[in-house]
Amino acid sequence: MNRYPLWVYVTVAVALVLGALYALPNLFGEAPAVQVSAARATLKADTTVMGRVEEALKKAGIQPTGVFLDLVGVKVRFVDEDTQLKAKDVINQALNPDAANPSYTVALNLLPNSPRWLSAIHAQPMYLGLDLRGGVHFLLQVDMRAAITKRAESLVGDIRSQLRDKNVRHSGITREGNNIVVSFRDAQTRDKAREIVAGQIPDLQLTDSSSGSDLLLVASIKPEAQKRTQEFALKQNIQTLHNRINELGVAEPVIQQQGSDRVVVQLPGVQDTAKAKEILGRTATLEIRMVDHDNMNAAALAAARAGQVPFGDEFYIERDGAPILVRKQVVLTGDRLTDAQPGFDSQNHEPAVHLTLDSRGAFIFKEITRENVGKRMAILLIEKGKGEVVTAPVIKTEIGGGRVQISGRMTTVEANDVALLLRAGALAAPMEIIEERTVGPSLGAENIKKGFDSTVYGFAALSLFIVVYYSLFGAFSTLALCANLLFLIALLSMLQATLTLPGIAAIALTLGMAIDANVLINERVREELRGGATPQAAIHAGYERAFGTILDSNVTTLIAGLALLIFGSGPVRGFAVVHCLGILTSIFSSVVVSRAMVNLTYGTRKKLERVAIGNTAWK
Amino acid sequence: MEFFKIRHDIPFMRHALAFNVVSLLTFLLAVFFLATKGLNFSIEFTGGTVMEIRYQQPANVEGIRNSLASLGYADAQVQNFGTSRDVLIRLPLKSSGGDTNRATARQSELVFSELTKNAIPGDAPACAPMYALYRELVSIEDPQRRPKDKLDQLAKQREALAGQCTELSRVEFVGPQVGRELAENGALALLITSIGIVLYLALRFEWKFGVAAIIANLHDVVIILGFFALFQWEFSLPVLAAVLAVLGYSVNESVVIADRIRENFRKMRKASVTEIIDNAITRTISRTIITHGCTQTMVSSMLVFGGPALHYFALALTIGICFGIYSSVLVMAPIVRWLGIRRDDLVKPLKEKKEEAVV
Repeated sequence: MNRYPLWVYVTVAVALVLGALYALPNLFGEAPAVQVSAARATLKADTTVMGRVEEALKKAGIQPTGVFLDLVGVKVRFVDEDTQLKAKDVINQALNPDAANPSYTVALNLLPNSPRWLSAIHAQPMYLGLDLRGGVHFLLQVDMRAAITKRAESLVGDIRSQLRDKNVRHSGITREGNNIVVSFRDAQTRDKAREIVAGQIPDLQLTDSSSGSDLLLVASIKPEAQKRTQEFALKQNIQTLHNRINELGVAEPVIQQQGSDRVVVQLPGVQDTAKAKEILGRTATLEIRMVDHDNMNAAALAAARAGQVPFGDEFYIERDGAPILVRKQVVLTGDRLTDAQPGFDSQNHEPAVHLTLDSRGAFIFKEITRENVGKRMAILLIEKGKGEVVTAPVIKTEIGGGRVQISGRMTTVEANDVALLLRAGALAAPMEIIEERTVGPSLGAENIKKGFDSTVYGFAALSLFIVVYYSLFGAFSTLALCANLLFLIALLSMLQATLTLPGIAAIALTLGMAIDANVLINERVREELRGGATPQAAIHAGYERAFGTILDSNVTTLIAGLALLIFGSGPVRGFAVVHCLGILTSIFSSVVVSRAMVNLTYGTRKKLERVAIGNTAWK
Repeated sequence: MEFFKIRHDIPFMRHALAFNVVSLLTFLLAVFFLATKGLNFSIEFTGGTVMEIRYQQPANVEGIRNSLASLGYADAQVQNFGTSRDVLIRLPLKSSGGDTNRATARQSELVFSELTKNAIPGDAPACAPMYALYRELVSIEDPQRRPKDKLDQLAKQREALAGQCTELSRVEFVGPQVGRELAENGALALLITSIGIVLYLALRFEWKFGVAAIIANLHDVVIILGFFALFQWEFSLPVLAAVLAVLGYSVNESVVIADRIRENFRKMRKASVTEIIDNAITRTISRTIITHGCTQTMVSSMLVFGGPALHYFALALTIGICFGIYSSVLVMAPIVRWLGIRRDDLVKPLKEKKEEAVV
């Protein structure tokens, strides 16, 4: 009766082998490495780059222990950290002759030390969380109201140009909150305008209204369009962060959406929050607007400086200190910009910035420049509601094709700065840091050691007790617990779930709780023996009857684990993932694996006098 | 080896009233401390900044307090963390005008640059210029305006001097909106877990067991919280995780006993309800104590070797496990009896054969 069919033994054996295989990479640990990836979309880290890296290292007399090429780029592994640091400088110099404008990102990283055949079956070590490996974690909140306001602002421009194209005369377009108000003299014109706007811009909901003698057309952004705008803003911000962080040179950054308006940024290995914030803190949005030429006279500027800004304008001071009046209306926003590179003017060889716009941006730009030759436009960076004029060039000719050059009054360094700011992409909406967590690498290593120690010593004490108390059955229980640990580590490695310090605590706790199932079984077997059952019958009854209880109690624990997984965040989620996985693996190992061992030992014997489960002689 | 050689059933139910008075008193005491002292929530819930600074020599905590006071953080908490060289600083949220977040995200930078202004005993001489560079960069409020070359230079110096200077080993900043959400989510997780467990037990056994088990185990949760309120231990996210884990775990206990009670109703046809419950508890006491002992071994190991980061987590588990034994056995069973459990509730005439219990 205590024999498993062959397929159960095979299943257990296969599970153990797979578990061992996928848990194995964790034993090999990780080696210091340098990772090279392309810093610009136009470049690729391919075999030629790999050749250059190898050559540079050879020249410097550095011996790598392995050079690989994968989807991310070229990865080079080294013996120790000193070599790694030296190699990073060497590679950086070889690949990026112009340090101010790097073509490739050269970052420090860790590579699994496991043999190639393990990597080939995608067996990787567990992914360590920031509290274990050190690094920076930011939670950024995207200001969605600003995104909507900006959308409304650019719709003002759209409506204006639509009406102008169709020769519909209005007496003013303004933005009031998130609504756009267009005023008309007569109802006929308003009807016509409504038709045009409704046809061209389906995102708007149009209602009639009046104010005094004026007839008004109030356009509000439809809820679904608002939602789309917000989704787009979030996506664009994430993309922008990607670009910026690429320039920071972090090996495995995590940039993820969280909820509907938040972004998580994790930079493993970065200790410098000052530098990370420099990159993330650029919550600037880019806007192109026209300079108000009608009011650019000394009197108006002086009045504006004193606080009397003309209607529809904003007053700024340029970088060189000159005052300037800029219209509030936005011609173009940063999301129309696809690329920005520093360079030189082809005619007078002055430093310049070359911009590339997308097709819609190019169209708008062409129109604006055609109508405003000889006038000035301003490129502004808006940060936290405060704007700054980056540059305000004069429009020399009509510019079509979406290729724009900004030049004049710039040094090479400034051109680089402006291009970097523009290229890194303006954010579609401003963001704020609402959570920050930094862990130094030494603290991370300590956390690993502490978590490891508590698990190992606890496990040792527990095993000792169980073996003494239940003798051979205790040994089976301990082995089942080892199998549980193996499965858990293998699963975590396979899923590449993030392991945090609370996660390690959850491993320890799972082991401590999983023993419950074996205690239940062993106690029941003893009780059956005391009740006079034959050893075989006692083993059978013990396992069969315990299963229902084990399932019940694990389901209740799992309910708590799942609630944590759903509602938890940060460290709690790390705990919950391991806890839930641990419950699942423990059911299998404590019931099936331990029974397989018992069956193999006792199940084949026909005449079983006694089983080694500790003292059961008392009556 | 065998610890429990109990020949006769222990009359637990005879003392049911006493047990319930004891647990009611503990419960009321816990509620009292919760109400009067309140929980000492970590910054994860309240919002604020935590900094862990590692000195090369035992830290001058008083000096740090004075420096913080000069920055206007008179209400900051400064304490040693783990060793005498490690210092933990807790800064509350500072609401200065509308730009709260920006200001507080910078708190840690300002505090660290203030603390490294004067020479620190134990630091390598080369550290001072690095601190100066750090101060210079941090004094520029807008991170965007910090010159890139100097930031690179700072990173290089830091790398070269690793392990020789005072280090900011951990910073945690949580904005106010995140904290509120975490607290709400924590409460929600507790609620969902409780409902889930009641539903599951009602489905598997009987609603009386579900209700009794959740009363018994929520009483554990309140007692854990009461301890945290009484001693003003820090209530952080991992502690919340521990509390929920304990809730799921000690319900196991109730499940095992409920299983046994059901089995006894079936086997001991002539026995009274009291006898049946007494027998169920007596028969399972060995498993109860051994299992809890094993789990506690693991938790004690965390308490000893886990360091300060896992300290309160392990402490919450310890309290939960100790009270879990008591409450799920001696609180849950009497409640079930008072709710009027009967043979018919559990032994359904047709379904008799499969559902047998263990231990």
